[in-house]
Amino acid sequence: MRSPTASRASRIVGLAALVTTAAVVVLGGWVSPPDEVQGPLVRLIYVHPALATYCYVGFGLSALGSLAYLWPRTRSRRWDRLAGASAEVGVVFCVGTLITGSIWGRASWGVWWTWDARLTLTALLLAVFLGYLALRRSGGEPDSRAKRCAVAALLCFIVVPIDHEATSWWSTLHQGDTIGKGILIHGLQLETMLLSFVSFGLIFTWMLLHRLALETLEDRFESEGVVAAIAERRAEGRVKAPVPPASVSAPAPASPPAGTSYRGEVKP
Amino acid sequence: MWRDAALVAGKDLRVELRSRVTTNQVAPYAVLVLLLFGIAFDQDRPLLQQAAPGLFWIAVLLCCLLAVQRSFALEAGDGARDGLRLSGMDTGGIFVGKAAAIAVQLVGLEVLLAFGAVVLFGTDLRDPALLVVTALVATAGLAAAGTLYGVMAAGLRVRETLLPLLVMPVVAPVLLAATQAWRSALGQSTDGGWRWLGLLACFAAIYSTAGVLGFGTLLEEV
Repeated sequence: MRSPTASRASRIVGLAALVTTAAVVVLGGWVSPPDEVQGPLVRLIYVHPALATYCYVGFGLSALGSLAYLWPRTRSRRWDRLAGASAEVGVVFCVGTLITGSIWGRASWGVWWTWDARLTLTALLLAVFLGYLALRRSGGEPDSRAKRCAVAALLCFIVVPIDHEATSWWSTLHQGDTIGKGILIHGLQLETMLLSFVSFGLIFTWMLLHRLALETLEDRFESEGVVAAIAERRAEGRVKAPVPPASVSAPAPASPPAGTSYRGEVKP
Repeated sequence: MWRDAALVAGKDLRVELRSRVTTNQVAPYAVLVLLLFGIAFDQDRPLLQQAAPGLFWIAVLLCCLLAVQRSFALEAGDGARDGLRLSGMDTGGIFVGKAAAIAVQLVGLEVLLAFGAVVLFGTDLRDPALLVVTALVATAGLAAAGTLYGVMAAGLRVRETLLPLLVMPVVAPVLLAATQAWRSALGQSTDGGWRWLGLLACFAAIYSTAGVLGFGTLLEEV
């Protein structure tokens, strides 16, 4: 069955993500050597840093989209959709970062969680963006919602640079960047890690494309109503038109009832 | 801007004074929170004294949420919000006024809570200057962030549940810094209490600036 959010671009990116992820699994799981100190545990380096990086990318894109929406010259609902979609994908990557970090912490520090600056700030980052997503789902007039969410996203983004710099500003248990000012790994481990960044980047893009398409559909659903959406699907020939009973002759309403939206809110 | 701020703060404080919601409902709630902490810690006095700064600031945070919700609930009836928007007042001034009114109420509640902590937990207040300055700067930050997120949630059907979700994680640095500064002021830590004031001042400055700049946009959309 074809997904209504799929496009040519998403299919190409999805396929590329699948191939690179398979390569990372093989290289990271079996081919690359274990670490002298951490042993096989080092294989988490092919997952955790990439997840954390794209979590920041997601939140960064959300802030950029919000800024573009608030700027009067570039104001467009597309930017709002980008902000919402990228924040949502960022939250998924942030949860992944915390889970993989916790597993790594348990094995190397002996605890699932410690009140380290980096860990605490990442948890806070997740909490502030969960609040942002809740604000997006709180209803209201679309343009008004977009504007208040744009301000919220910019405020939420303040935590990102603080979280990123936590290992430099405070003495933390969490190690600094493996690839940053200097490169701390070499050979096949480095190559596999770089490939993991490509792989997770493609997964991120694939998720973002689908989420953006879904946001667009939701917007259309809100503005045009379910009737128009069904009519379009019928025109595509994927949904069979119901045969009306002989006794019913009145046509279906062409638009939502006045004063209501399909999110169940009564408009003022 | 400052004249408008004084007008809005005066209006909010007069409404509070006449309705007596802060004195009759929020203040008893604050004391009740302290009592519940005592019960939860099994009246273990040394443990309560050790945890007193954190418990105090959690109680302040809970009261802050109530004060913010109350501040925007005042504008919900009788078209008061439209009146505020049409008044032609500087939106930055409205933000400062509302935040100042919340801050004044919080300072009053903090005095009550500090008295409660001394009586119920046996806390010994050693460095009053650090305690007072920390409380004032932290309150400014809480009021600014609370007001900014309060207007974001105002007018929404889910505002009661949304506001804590928005505010709680954002004000976590205030909770941390104010607790550490108070621990130092109470002689529980040798960590320099005054250096935590820097973090509190940065927080207050960031949210006050964001509020003055963004409040107008948000108020238009409520």
